[in-house]
Amino acid sequence: MTKSLLLVGVGGQGTILVSKILSEGLLEEGYDVKMAEIHGMSQRGGSVTTQIRFGEKVYSPTVNKGDADVLVSFEKVEALRYIPQLKKDGILIINEEEIWPLTVLAGLEKYPEGVMEEIKEKLANVVSVDARKIAEELGEPRSANIVMLGLMVKALGIENIDWVSKIKKFLPERFHEANIKAFKRGLAL
Amino acid sequence: MKKLLTGNEAIARGAYEAGCHVATAYPGTPSTEILENVSTYQEIYSEWSTNEKVAMEVAAGASIAGARSMVAMKHVGLNVAADPLYTIAYEGVNGGLVVITADEPGMHSSQNEQDNRLTAIHAKIALMEPSDSQECKDYIKQAFEISEEFDTPVLFKVTTRICHSKSAVELEDRVEVPIREYVKDTKKYIMVPAHSKLKHIQMEEERIPRLQEFSNTTGLNKIEWNDRKIGIITSGASYVHAKEVFEDTVSYLKVGFSWPLPDEKFKEFAAGVEKIYVIEENEPYMEKHIKAMGIECTGKEIFSVCGEINPQIIREAILGEKPEEGYSMEIVAPTRPPALCAGCPHRGIFYEMSKHKNKINVTSDIGCYTLGAMAPLNVGDTVICMGAGISAGIGFDRVNQLAGRDKKVFGVVGDSTFFHSGMTGLVDAVYNKSKMVTVILDNRITAMTGHQENPGTGKTISGVESPMVDLVGVVKAIGVKEENVRVIDPYDMDANKEAVKAAIDADEPFVIITKQPCALIKDVMSRRANLYSQVNQDKCKKCKTCLKIGCPAISMKDNVVSIDTAMCNGCEVCVQVCPFDAIESFGEEVK
Repeated sequence: MTKSLLLVGVGGQGTILVSKILSEGLLEEGYDVKMAEIHGMSQRGGSVTTQIRFGEKVYSPTVNKGDADVLVSFEKVEALRYIPQLKKDGILIINEEEIWPLTVLAGLEKYPEGVMEEIKEKLANVVSVDARKIAEELGEPRSANIVMLGLMVKALGIENIDWVSKIKKFLPERFHEANIKAFKRGLAL
Repeated sequence: MKKLLTGNEAIARGAYEAGCHVATAYPGTPSTEILENVSTYQEIYSEWSTNEKVAMEVAAGASIAGARSMVAMKHVGLNVAADPLYTIAYEGVNGGLVVITADEPGMHSSQNEQDNRLTAIHAKIALMEPSDSQECKDYIKQAFEISEEFDTPVLFKVTTRICHSKSAVELEDRVEVPIREYVKDTKKYIMVPAHSKLKHIQMEEERIPRLQEFSNTTGLNKIEWNDRKIGIITSGASYVHAKEVFEDTVSYLKVGFSWPLPDEKFKEFAAGVEKIYVIEENEPYMEKHIKAMGIECTGKEIFSVCGEINPQIIREAILGEKPEEGYSMEIVAPTRPPALCAGCPHRGIFYEMSKHKNKINVTSDIGCYTLGAMAPLNVGDTVICMGAGISAGIGFDRVNQLAGRDKKVFGVVGDSTFFHSGMTGLVDAVYNKSKMVTVILDNRITAMTGHQENPGTGKTISGVESPMVDLVGVVKAIGVKEENVRVIDPYDMDANKEAVKAAIDADEPFVIITKQPCALIKDVMSRRANLYSQVNQDKCKKCKTCLKIGCPAISMKDNVVSIDTAMCNGCEVCVQVCPFDAIESFGEEVK
């Protein structure tokens, strides 16, 4: 049975790194894996999305409307933007961090209120967390994405894969300790 | 060993395994990572060329000299490289020559979605279309062989979904292919009319029929017989999307070698299925050909020419199945357009230009600074293509004068874009006595595509030091007078102001060169890591002037203006624009 994951966030949040770690782990576990990313403007505060599909045999890397088993949103309103992609009984993992787009900063649009309330009212399976805060508590604010990875691994029930070695593979050594801590913290949430 | 590779990584790996000797490119999404990956293989000489035409010519020369050569570019780059391509098509090759075009259906970061398969028809060169990473690697190896076997460049078409999608690839070893002997052959390699006439006839009478025969017989064009009620003819990424929907319940003709198209396979397939659908992104390239053969099929009647294809679109078009009912939300997410980064050196001069909206038009160009056209800066009247920032400005300025409009034109280009195709525009401006202003934003890197070296950075693709082309020297050598050149630090708002004013007042070609490296360059980030600015709330009058510079680090929440100090790099543009001296700077540069 093919599973579809959609990771969304804002350029600079490390969504692509998480996608790489996940895909690599899933491939090693013996799954057929396809991952697609749109990152043309990733460093400039635009929306970033990556799609991962895994199963026995996967053809297309694309996740369609109402198609995602798990939607992982690294930012609050990005979840709102991509919720239509989520299956009716799918899981939303959401980082409640707010990153205001320039349109809001410049006063042209408003950052909406009541987002979490509407999400929790409409969706049955929501895991919400303030990953940035947790990462800050752990002393490495930039490991928020790895906290999210821990949450995803748990939600997907794929804890048996050796994720620590994957984290080590994709990150420079000086970040290993903080990120492994972040991962374990995510797993334990 | 199986490894997860993007299409771009797989192409690079394929070139390595195929014994490729020379690879060139100009960066452009979604093709950039091809050469970045090739450059990690020491066996291949690789270079960032000045532009796609140069890249194509370097590769063509290398091919004639006997080496397996590859050149990569984004789809619009092929327009720049069209001149050499159309004639090297006549000459043919010595060492195999593969030309990669990375098209962008859906335009995730491009200015158009032209379908470069049509170039193959026009240039009369072999065309290949892989569907996933494994095929990217396998097809590249075959592409070199086809190129050498049929004495033709091979156009290799990929798309964003192939370039930037990862799937498992079986790695193999490199097979060394010796550089071929070069034998002088003026009839083959010197395209003067007398030789070209013969070459064209030879192409039509020998090469193309042979390629046609190959297309009809090669395994690259493959029929998969299943149930025969529905037959799908498809290529590229559309194939994997169709397989996702129908798996093995319908028959497929997967076209991997797509110019010349496999007429015999089309006939065989048509005779074997009841109804044919053609699924292809963008233009009805195969569909028109198939219909012209008198074969009935359905294609663009139910699929759009615009945008990407995905499984859902196929499901809806062919099976009439509506998309899954997902959740719908009442609250609408605010738009999130890409923006100039906090500390971006382009911001200061753009803000200064924005203050002269009634006096200037701005012809902009392709790069990060295209984003200056977005709110709140709103600086930019046109963006067309690489280099047009200067050349379109010449035309715009001329017409402003003809129409009696009291408006000066500022043409904006980046450093890499200036070397790419801005220089020729500046020559034109000087030669034809244009009064336009050229603004060259020198941030010491090709930033938009993810930081590639260029002739002004003093480093090659491999990180080897090389002479830095002197931007100011070039501008002066072209003939812009010393007194009409301003070299400024764009973080210095007084300098921006003086330069823009002098430029507006000038009566001759005028050039402003801003010098400040991209804020995201690693060295710059570490040097400026401790610098930041902060709002002194006692002095802040909430006039919102600082919000007008469009810095993502500055926000106004609950009527309080504040700066995200982690994002801020202390460029101090906001400090200088604040009319009440309410923004203060802190920290020191890390030496």
